Amino acid sequence: MRYLPLTDADRRAMLASIGAPSVDSLFGDVPESARDPAFDLSDHAGEIEVERALGALAARNVPAGSVPFFLGAGAYRHHVPASVDALIQRGEFLTSYTPYQPEISQGTLQALFEFQTQVALITGLDVANASMYDGATSCLEAVNMALRVTRRPRVIVSGALHPQYREVTETGLRYLSARLDRQPPDFDGTESLADRIDPETACVVVQYPDFFGRVRDLTPLAEACHEAGALLIVAVTEVVALGALKSPGEMGADIVAAEGKSIGNPLSFGGPYVGLFACRERHVRQMPGRLAGEAFDADGRRGWVLTLATREQHIRREKSTSNICTNSGLCALAFAIHLSLLGEEGFSRLARLNHARAAALADRLDTVPGAAVANDSFFNEFTLRLDRPAAGVVDELAGRGVLAGVPVSRLLPGESEAAPLLLVAATETTTEDDMAALEAALREALK
Amino acid sequence: MSAPTEAIRHRGLRFEEPLIFEQGADGRTGVDLPDPPEMRDRLGGLAREAPIGLPGLSEPQVVRHFTRLSQKNYAIDTGLYPLGSCTMKHNPRLNEKLARLPGFADIHPLQPESTIQGALALMDRLAGWLKALTGMPALALSPAAGAHGEWTGLMTIRSAHEAAGDPRKRVLVPDSAHGTNPASAAMCGYEVAAVPLNGRGRVDLEALKSALGDDVAAFMLTNPNTCGLFEDEILEQADAVHEAGAYFYCDGANFNAIVGRVRPGDLGIDCMHLNLHKTFSTPHGGGGPGSGPVSLCAALAPYAPVPYVVEGPDGFRLVETDPSGPAFGRVKGFHGQMGMFVRALAYILSHGIDGLRQASSDAVLNANYISAGLADLMSLPYEGPCMHEVLFDDAFLKDTGVTTLDLAKAMIDEGYHPATIYFPLVVHGALLLEPTETESRESLDHLIATLRRIVERALSGDADAFHAAPGEAPRRRFDETAAARRPVLRWRPPATEDRAAE
Repeated sequence: MRYLPLTDADRRAMLASIGAPSVDSLFGDVPESARDPAFDLSDHAGEIEVERALGALAARNVPAGSVPFFLGAGAYRHHVPASVDALIQRGEFLTSYTPYQPEISQGTLQALFEFQTQVALITGLDVANASMYDGATSCLEAVNMALRVTRRPRVIVSGALHPQYREVTETGLRYLSARLDRQPPDFDGTESLADRIDPETACVVVQYPDFFGRVRDLTPLAEACHEAGALLIVAVTEVVALGALKSPGEMGADIVAAEGKSIGNPLSFGGPYVGLFACRERHVRQMPGRLAGEAFDADGRRGWVLTLATREQHIRREKSTSNICTNSGLCALAFAIHLSLLGEEGFSRLARLNHARAAALADRLDTVPGAAVANDSFFNEFTLRLDRPAAGVVDELAGRGVLAGVPVSRLLPGESEAAPLLLVAATETTTEDDMAALEAALREALK
Repeated sequence: MSAPTEAIRHRGLRFEEPLIFEQGADGRTGVDLPDPPEMRDRLGGLAREAPIGLPGLSEPQVVRHFTRLSQKNYAIDTGLYPLGSCTMKHNPRLNEKLARLPGFADIHPLQPESTIQGALALMDRLAGWLKALTGMPALALSPAAGAHGEWTGLMTIRSAHEAAGDPRKRVLVPDSAHGTNPASAAMCGYEVAAVPLNGRGRVDLEALKSALGDDVAAFMLTNPNTCGLFEDEILEQADAVHEAGAYFYCDGANFNAIVGRVRPGDLGIDCMHLNLHKTFSTPHGGGGPGSGPVSLCAALAPYAPVPYVVEGPDGFRLVETDPSGPAFGRVKGFHGQMGMFVRALAYILSHGIDGLRQASSDAVLNANYISAGLADLMSLPYEGPCMHEVLFDDAFLKDTGVTTLDLAKAMIDEGYHPATIYFPLVVHGALLLEPTETESRESLDHLIATLRRIVERALSGDADAFHAAPGEAPRRRFDETAAARRPVLRWRPPATEDRAAE
């Protein structure tokens, strides 16, 4: 077997030096009734066979890049420069562990420190951690942190927060003492959260741009939160938007929980992605997750270490700020490399290009009879209101080789108002031909 | 922002590399994108006005920067990585290649089901293998890592108890457990109570029995345990746990020792997470991403979180919400770590059941070989064969002035990543070595010889040299206390004269 270096001669010699009669004898502590069950499973296979088997499964999927493609709703298709993937596949990054031994882990640690700085800069906050699993779990961790910081029990969740972020947060609070004030879906953008804040409120959770694509000034809400001693948590599902929009920090956000996938990472059917987590300096000791910090070695040379570990599970156990251990290190590295390539100019240009493509698409689709753009504002995704259920239209268009968007009903099942709504996204990868194909297919389907 | 370049001195292949923020120049970029058209924006009056402060670099600069950084890391690809409990085995590159096929890497999680049948089939196939290997009938694929799987498993257990009208308050965890176990239990609203070990490094059965009661929701055990030993009274533990009406949770971090030889379901385990990034070789990536599917017994299966894959007459379907059913909710965005599923299945198919069994056998053989090669010089706290990792305590260092930490740092100077140190907490000065099955005998012999030389040096009274180690790494020991006292967690631009005058 190609991954196993020991030969039978090695095994015999090793058993002799151990003084054990057989490998089976090393498993003598296993209860007899549980030893060596029969498995009805296949035997080992060479690269050729494995490639063939998995290649056949891959061939049964329609890759986004093979068709006109407009899905978003928390996962956006962007171009990842070739050098990103080449660099993250360097074995020294790919096959190293969490950097517990800083003397021989400066590569990962410095990259994480750069990542943390980038995240802090684009979110407009003071500090960021070394990553969470994804945007949704980052959102839950942000709520848990707000509960610790304020020692209050009530959490207000916007009806324009991504439904899966809301579901993960609900799940996380299910058996804790916190109370969730979950707003109904905000289809028309009229919800008013500031009125709901009371002295029991730990935090308000909103999304920016929101789940329906709308861009709202969060400054008044931040002020209302702070007046009442509550924190404002801002979830961002499309982090490229921060290249074109005022940052959440500038508007007064206390914690930003974002999905970082758009920078450096492929769609990959929803994972692995990379949760971004940023907050104010004064709350840093309540943060979840790993933190890389500057340190100096015995020769006075600058370097980096994992720091403030006394917040973490391996030290604090049941009193830790989170149970998180393994996070999204390599995805965070991909993010750091891609954003380093973009730089200030590239990031801003990428964001403006996304917005321009979405604007062009919105103008086109708004002319289709039976379809109307519902947003007054958006970044690279907007809601299209159709004259019939969107789910059926999406399936019909998929049959014509166009992946048209995400029907809102898929994420908000059981909400009748969601039925005609279609979330449509465009990015720098969307071409004029793609847009024309969607417009034509939609005209045909809505006839 | 220009770097203090005159202060930088490279030495041979050892490069000093400034931060990316110290290298940029305005107007430079490493990505060519077309000019966006002039247009009236629809950003709701919230267009960004202030610059972000990101540095500008070209592609060659970025490639060189991160290549140089990579060269400051120890990795499995560069050497044996005997980090106990972390399972640093070879990461096959075939798995990387397959995960990058557009049919897996370039599909959106919310595409119509008709366009992702291959992805759902892959999830179903992986789940089938994992269910067979664990001997359990159900599996939740979505947890993102081991600790996330623990939390998911305990949430499932709590939901089952709640549904039975019997909410329970406490979770029992052995003293030797990973820190994530109590932390995950606390996140489910449970109180945590510790169970001591016996003199043989296993859970004290009598202590477990007396800790059990009708308020105990679950007992969380790692097996093989964190001392590298198989829990030889596990059947009795299971009986006691079930008799108390509690569920038996297994932390599957060490499943790699027994996969293909023992099915946890046959041991009475009700719920177990698997670390695909340990047992099934998906890369650790300097701290993730991982993947932590959870195997479930029949009684817990109905409470598994969404989403899950079901097979029907028209192919595979994803169940994404279960508003009125018993599923306890959702633990993660979308459907789990698909990229890791592809890699894990490629690993599993490559090994097959015969290869998986051989891998466990070799992992255990390798650990015992290291144990035998060092037992006369170092101190083993527990007798008998170990499983996939061998635990030493620091009794052999008594009166040398050398600590476990010193020994670990000395390993760096000899070209090795240190073992896991000071874990588990149950033995003094723990040193936990896990070679994995992907090391050759020659490689193990070299490690043994090196450790013998280091220990002999320690015993001969060379403590000062140990305190100064490492000297050969890119950096010497850091002042971590100072770093934590005044944490600097991000780069900030140097104060300009204006700001300094403020």
